[in-house]
Amino acid sequence: MGSIVARKRSGTCEQSCSPRSNVTATASCALIRSVVTYNQMVVDQLPTDEEIDRIFHALADSTRRDILGQAIAGDLSVSALARRYEMSFAAVQKHVAVLERATLVTKERRGREQIVHSNGTTIRTAMTLLDRYEQLWIDRINQIADLLEKPEGAN
Amino acid sequence: MTVTSTTKDAERLTLTVVTEFNAAPQKVWEVWENPRMLERWWGPPTYPATFTRHEFVEGGEARYHMTGPEGDTPPGWWQFQSIDPHRAITFNHGIAGGDGEPVPGEPPVLTEVTLEPSESGTRMAVEMSFHDTAQMEALLQMGMSEGLTLAVGQIDELLSTTSV
Repeated sequence: MGSIVARKRSGTCEQSCSPRSNVTATASCALIRSVVTYNQMVVDQLPTDEEIDRIFHALADSTRRDILGQAIAGDLSVSALARRYEMSFAAVQKHVAVLERATLVTKERRGREQIVHSNGTTIRTAMTLLDRYEQLWIDRINQIADLLEKPEGAN
Repeated sequence: MTVTSTTKDAERLTLTVVTEFNAAPQKVWEVWENPRMLERWWGPPTYPATFTRHEFVEGGEARYHMTGPEGDTPPGWWQFQSIDPHRAITFNHGIAGGDGEPVPGEPPVLTEVTLEPSESGTRMAVEMSFHDTAQMEALLQMGMSEGLTLAVGQIDELLSTTSV
């Protein structure tokens, strides 16, 4: 009910994404899946042609592919990315902005840092974790219900 | 007992679980107030919790640890923000360091519990507000033996291979 996964539409990507493929290809597949999932969740539709153009434009650059791969692996700050690529902060910002317009990443201000999240992946991970907390509370509630039935009883 | 509803917000990172108990609010209150009762439901059966401190007053602190099948004892803490007898409890909750005390700078999870009389007895709502997915992951791992734990990366992998 609550868990949301990419359904049939992501099938073509799955087939071309073997776990042994190279890092960039894996990241690209992961992000396409992310976008599909994100769109299904948020607006419940596939990306439009225009959106797909923006995605492919964003992915046409190796630095941006790498930034996206980093963001999928875990949230990163713009300044950490700038150090990593020995690039100016502004240059990284521009790359991130292209990824943002393609809805592949989102930026969040955290204190003085700007954190880059990969879009669908973060939400999907959060949903999976929320599912597990839900199960944890269902188990706890069952234990409480048992306790209430025999409050003074043996252990 | 029935879990009447669950609300999950993956963007705000909140979870709300609403349930009904066949017992009066005063009785349900006891499972939070009495640490010996709390110990019988907070941890899963394989990881029971032991509360070594439980100051059930506003501003009060609680300390506990869980005991795993391998004898590992991950520690945790609560701090009660507000207590409205038989009605509501708000507390912060986090993983403790090796000394059993809160780790400075680590954001806590805010948990809000509300109880209200209902037809069957009591309606209890629990809302958890998380800071980020890393925190969610770390806290979950507290009550799990290593073998059952999946890192976020593994979850992702699992999802991506089973989502068709």
